[in-house]
Amino acid sequence: MRYPMQLVSIGALFALGTTIGAIAQEDSDPQAQEQAMEEQAPTESFADPERFVYEDGEALYRSACQGCHMPEGEGAVGAGEYPALSGNPMLEDPAYPAYVIIHGQRAMPAFGQYYDDEQVAALVNFIRSELGNDFEGDATAEDVATYR
Amino acid sequence: MSDFSKPSMSRRQLLAMIGTAAGSAAMYQAMTTLGVAQESPYQGPINLDGDPNGASVLILGAGLAGMVAALELRQAGYNVQVLEYREKAGGRNWTLRGGDTYTELGGFTQNVEFDEGHYLNPGPWRIPYHHHAVLDYCKRLGVRLEPFVQVNHNAYLHSMDAFGGEPQRFRHINSDFRGNVAELLSKAVNQNALDEDVTGEDRELLLESLREWGALDSDLRYVESEHTSEFRGFGRDPGGGLTGVPEPSAPIGTSDLLSSHLWQYLSTGNLYEFQMPMFQPVGGMDMIGQAFQRELEDLIRFNTKVIEINQSEDGVTVTYTDSNDEGETETATADWCICTIPFSILSQIENNFSGPMNNAIAALPYAASVKFGLQMRRRFWEEDEAIFGGISYTNLPISLIGYPSTDFNSGGKGVLLGGYSWGPYAYEFTSMAPEERVRLAVEQGARIHPQYNDEFENGIAVGWHRVPWTLGCYGVWTEETREEHYPTAADFDGRVLMAGEHISYIPAWMEGAILSSLDAITRLHERVMNE
Repeated sequence: MRYPMQLVSIGALFALGTTIGAIAQEDSDPQAQEQAMEEQAPTESFADPERFVYEDGEALYRSACQGCHMPEGEGAVGAGEYPALSGNPMLEDPAYPAYVIIHGQRAMPAFGQYYDDEQVAALVNFIRSELGNDFEGDATAEDVATYR
Repeated sequence: MSDFSKPSMSRRQLLAMIGTAAGSAAMYQAMTTLGVAQESPYQGPINLDGDPNGASVLILGAGLAGMVAALELRQAGYNVQVLEYREKAGGRNWTLRGGDTYTELGGFTQNVEFDEGHYLNPGPWRIPYHHHAVLDYCKRLGVRLEPFVQVNHNAYLHSMDAFGGEPQRFRHINSDFRGNVAELLSKAVNQNALDEDVTGEDRELLLESLREWGALDSDLRYVESEHTSEFRGFGRDPGGGLTGVPEPSAPIGTSDLLSSHLWQYLSTGNLYEFQMPMFQPVGGMDMIGQAFQRELEDLIRFNTKVIEINQSEDGVTVTYTDSNDEGETETATADWCICTIPFSILSQIENNFSGPMNNAIAALPYAASVKFGLQMRRRFWEEDEAIFGGISYTNLPISLIGYPSTDFNSGGKGVLLGGYSWGPYAYEFTSMAPEERVRLAVEQGARIHPQYNDEFENGIAVGWHRVPWTLGCYGVWTEETREEHYPTAADFDGRVLMAGEHISYIPAWMEGAILSSLDAITRLHERVMNE
C-alpha cells in the first residue's frame, strides 16, 4: 500500500480550491448562493435509497459520517463513544480509514455497498485533510479498490 | 376498461406483477433479514423450580431483556441487582411525550412540545398477535392494549414519479392490481396456456376463484362497474333518498398501475409480522417498561455507566461510574451476570471475556434508523381524508406516514409518525440537526398531505445512531456472522450470559429481547441447580 508522492500536490490543490470557493462566496450575492444550493440539493441529497451519490468528500462526510463522528469530527461520548476523527493518529495511513469505511468496524456498519471507490477516496482525503487534520498523502480510487 | 392484453406490458413488468401476486417474494426476502417468519416459541410463564440458595445475579441494563431476567430471577429466589445507564428503565421500549427533553449525542437537545396525551414511540411501536411473550407480560403487568392499525385500505400509496406525484388510495391500487392479475390469468387459462399445470375440474375452479378474487365480470373482465366499485370504492358513494344513487369508479389503466411501482407496497400487511390484528399499549409503548419498572424499582440502580467487567472462577465484578459524572468508580459483584448491554457499547467496555466472545461482540454492526413525530393542529387525515390509523407508504425519503391508532374521530390534535426510514436515507437524516430533519419531514409529508403547510405545530426526530445509550437501532447479523459468532455470543462466557434483541432470531423486536432473556435465565438456573 504505497501512496505516490504526486498525490500530495492534488491534496494541496484541493485546499486551494476550498479557499477560492470561500472567497467567491463572499463576493457574490448570498441570496443567489443560497438559492443555487437549494436548487442543487434535491439532485444529490436523498438521491437513492440504496446508496449515496455525492462525489465531493465533504458532502459525503456531511451526509452520513457526521451523524456519529459529528460536524467537526469531534466524536461523541455516551454509554459508549464515537471516536473523534479530528487529530486522530489512526488516520495517518489512508488505508486504515478506507478499510474501515468499506468494511465497518465493531458497531460501525460497512459503507462499502453505498460508495464506489472514488467516493471512498474522496471521503478519506476529506477527513485526513480537513476536520483539523493535515495528514500527508492521498488515497486514490485505485488504492481503495485493493481494500475491498 | 382493462387494457391488460396490450403489448405495452413488458415481460419484466409481468413477472414483477406475478411475483407480487404470488406473495411478494422480494419483500419476503427483504424482511427475513430481520429474522422473522417463525412463530415465537413462548410457552407461557417461565417456571424456575428449585432453591438457588441465595445465588446472586448482576443484570446489566434495564431494558426489557434485563427486566424480564430481574423479575423472574427474583421470583425464583435469586439475589438480584440491576445497573442502568439511563435515569429510567425501558431501554428502547421508549416513548417521548410533551415536557420530555431528549439530548442526543453531539449535544443536540429537543424539547418535546406535544400536547398532553400525544406521543412518539421512537423504537418499537406495534406488537404482532403472535408475539406471545410480549402479550403475556402485558397481561401479567396490567398493561392495557388497543388495536394498532397496520393495514388501512383508505391510506395512501405514493410515488414522486407516478400519477404526477398524486397519492393513490391503497384500495384503488390493491383492487385494480388483483383485478388485472385475475383477468390476465383467466385469459391464460382460457387460451390453454396453463394446461400443463391446471387440468380438468381445477381449470373451472381456478376460473371461478379468479372471478371471485379479482372482482371480474361474467366475461372474466375487470371493468368499471358497481361490482368492482364494491372493492375499490365508488366514484360517488351510495346514499339515501332521491340523491343517493351511487356512481361507480373507474379502474386505473394497467400500464399506469404497473409503471407506478406502487404494487410493491401491497404485500407488507400480508407479512406474518405485520398481519392484522396488531396491538399497541394504550398511552405509548413505554407503558410496558414503566410497568416493569414499578415491579423492580428497588432493584435498579439508575445513572450508572459500566466501564469494566471482570470475572473469575468465583464471580463477576463490574466497575461503574455515575453516568453524568465520571469521577469516582464503584464496583458491584455477583455470582453471575446477565449482560444486556448492546454490543455497540459492550465492544468498548473493558472486560476479560474469552477471545471468541470478544470477536462475536466486535462482529455486530448496528443499523441506522430514524423516526419523526409531528404534531398537527387538526386531525386532517381523519376529517378531510377519512384515514383512521394505518400507514401511507411513499418513495420519498420519509418512507411512510403513520397515523395514530388512538383517539379516533376525536376532533382534536394528533401526532403523526412523520417518517420511518432505514439505510442511506436514515444516515442522511441522522447527520442533520434535529430541526433540519423535522423541516424536511414536514416539507416531504406536505407532498402527500398539503394540509401540513397549515396544520403543523411542532415536531421531533430521533436518529438511532445518535441515541447515547445504544449507538444504533439494532444489531444486524448476516447469515455469515450469525453462523460464525452467534452460538458463541449466546453461550455462557464463564459466569456471564448475554441477552437482548441481538441474542435472538427476532432482532429489533421486543419479543426477541424477552425470549433471549428467558432462554438465558433458564440455562443459568439449570447451571446453578447443578453446581
